[in-house]
Amino acid sequence: MQKQRKLKRGVAMVGVGMSKFGMFKDKDSKYLFAEAFNEMLSTVDKGVDPEDIDALYLGNFTNDFFIHQGHWGPIIADLIGLTPKPATRTEGACASSALAFREGIFAIASGFYDMVLVGGVEEMSKRSTEEVTQGLAMAAIPYEVKAAFTFPGVFGATATAYFAKYGANREHLMNVTIKSHNNARLNPKAQFNVSIRDIMDQRIERAKHKGEPVPAWRDEKEFLRDAGVNPVVAWPMHLYDCCPISDGASCVLLVAEERAKNFTDTPLYVVGIGQGSGKGLHAKEDLTYFEATRYAAQEAYGLSGLKPEDVQIAEVHDCFSIAEIIHIEDLGFFKPGEGYRAVEEGLTRLDGSKPINTSGGLKCKGHPVGATGTGQLVEIWKQLRGEAGERQVPIKDLRIGAAHNLGGTGGTCTFTILERR
Amino acid sequence: MEVRPFNDISYERFLSEEKLMGSRCWKCGAFFVPPRCICIECYGTEMEWVEIKGKGKLVAFTCIAIGPPSMIKEGYDRKHPYVSGVVELEEGVRVVARIEGIDGSKPETIKIGIPLKVEFLHRGEGQDLTTFLAFRPL
Repeated sequence: MQKQRKLKRGVAMVGVGMSKFGMFKDKDSKYLFAEAFNEMLSTVDKGVDPEDIDALYLGNFTNDFFIHQGHWGPIIADLIGLTPKPATRTEGACASSALAFREGIFAIASGFYDMVLVGGVEEMSKRSTEEVTQGLAMAAIPYEVKAAFTFPGVFGATATAYFAKYGANREHLMNVTIKSHNNARLNPKAQFNVSIRDIMDQRIERAKHKGEPVPAWRDEKEFLRDAGVNPVVAWPMHLYDCCPISDGASCVLLVAEERAKNFTDTPLYVVGIGQGSGKGLHAKEDLTYFEATRYAAQEAYGLSGLKPEDVQIAEVHDCFSIAEIIHIEDLGFFKPGEGYRAVEEGLTRLDGSKPINTSGGLKCKGHPVGATGTGQLVEIWKQLRGEAGERQVPIKDLRIGAAHNLGGTGGTCTFTILERR
Repeated sequence: MEVRPFNDISYERFLSEEKLMGSRCWKCGAFFVPPRCICIECYGTEMEWVEIKGKGKLVAFTCIAIGPPSMIKEGYDRKHPYVSGVVELEEGVRVVARIEGIDGSKPETIKIGIPLKVEFLHRGEGQDLTTFLAFRPL
């Protein structure tokens, strides 16, 4: 049983920013973070003086490996004119900026700081797919690396265990992919802001234009079954089950709750935070759930006094299609073994009863790993404040949203619940 | 007899000698593969080495088409995927390992639960010699 947690002082979000996610040969980490920072300043309704920021917490995972530069805290602090104030880098693989967010919460809740900038940045696309695969594998555990598991491989094996236990199959994973693309189509900042149908139409047009045989896919699933366009990466994970390689940055401005209204009439209050850690594949009794997610969720629900059914929308860490299905079960939105059916029935669509990954998720929005955690909170901010434009969910009185971030092969998981009052 | 420290270096050295070894807690009998130097059941620190018989069954697998540079060097690629898996041993513990003797390009034919036996893959030479844990269908 977990202890009941509490924060000594409430914390609120008063601004958010995110760069466009994508593969950018001409943008570096500093430029990407500047994009996110400038947008954040513009979202603080009543304005903010950057001089009032007390500290920076910055998530970054692989810049050391991919661009041979570490120690990103002070580099970004200097970029935004924060020096000599403190900057701390957090590393939790793909959950790095969710850890930065959590440290920022603790720093304010303790009374030490009043305003903290938290965020993340990652620059991945300047390496080959094989090198990125190798770099990301640094977040797996050593035994998995030695058994030649890649990240798609770990989630592929997880999928075979889930299929064997619950009777799901590849077709169910396709429902996740199709939904993610439909949402991302409405997100201008998404790396792939196109539906699967759009991609099919583009390819058909291209074939006609070039005088090549025109593909005869009847629907999205037939397209996804076509190994020519959707090859295996790590069975049963195919190309369209996997998030892309991305560059990007995101950030969130946190302030003490009692000061929030100085900056906006619509702050989002951080009502639940949770974090857990997990074991490697070999040490798990059951491969069909993540104990770190369940622990993080329990902690966040306990702190907030809320239940899974109170969460109206959520961003979850869909690094691979199977992961989204498992997370919506681990977070208590659906019973174990029923997540894939919920997706099939459309419950997680934009117009469903529990919209999941309205941004398009990691799969389509992109996954610059260190920027993902706070990037998910940007989407929840937009939805809860009614600023999500075309992809605004049609739920009346939308007040509670949440984000789940996962690092490594489930080694680090976080869950955050936000409330608009 | 020399008692090797209960760590990954010893585990690897045993693999190079074609032995799959785990550690058993003297105090509570909990058994770990790969070895642990702290018992996570009772926090005991007195361990003994126990050899695994090397038989088990497949509990999860993947056929990897895009592998790390080391596997590409072994000749695996998008047309020739290799198989990695989770194996549950007769002793009740699980390991992750490469799965040999199965065609990674025909994943539909691979069945969860198939019986497997241990195999040791020696790669590289001299200082670079490394032994990889593998399993093969019985």
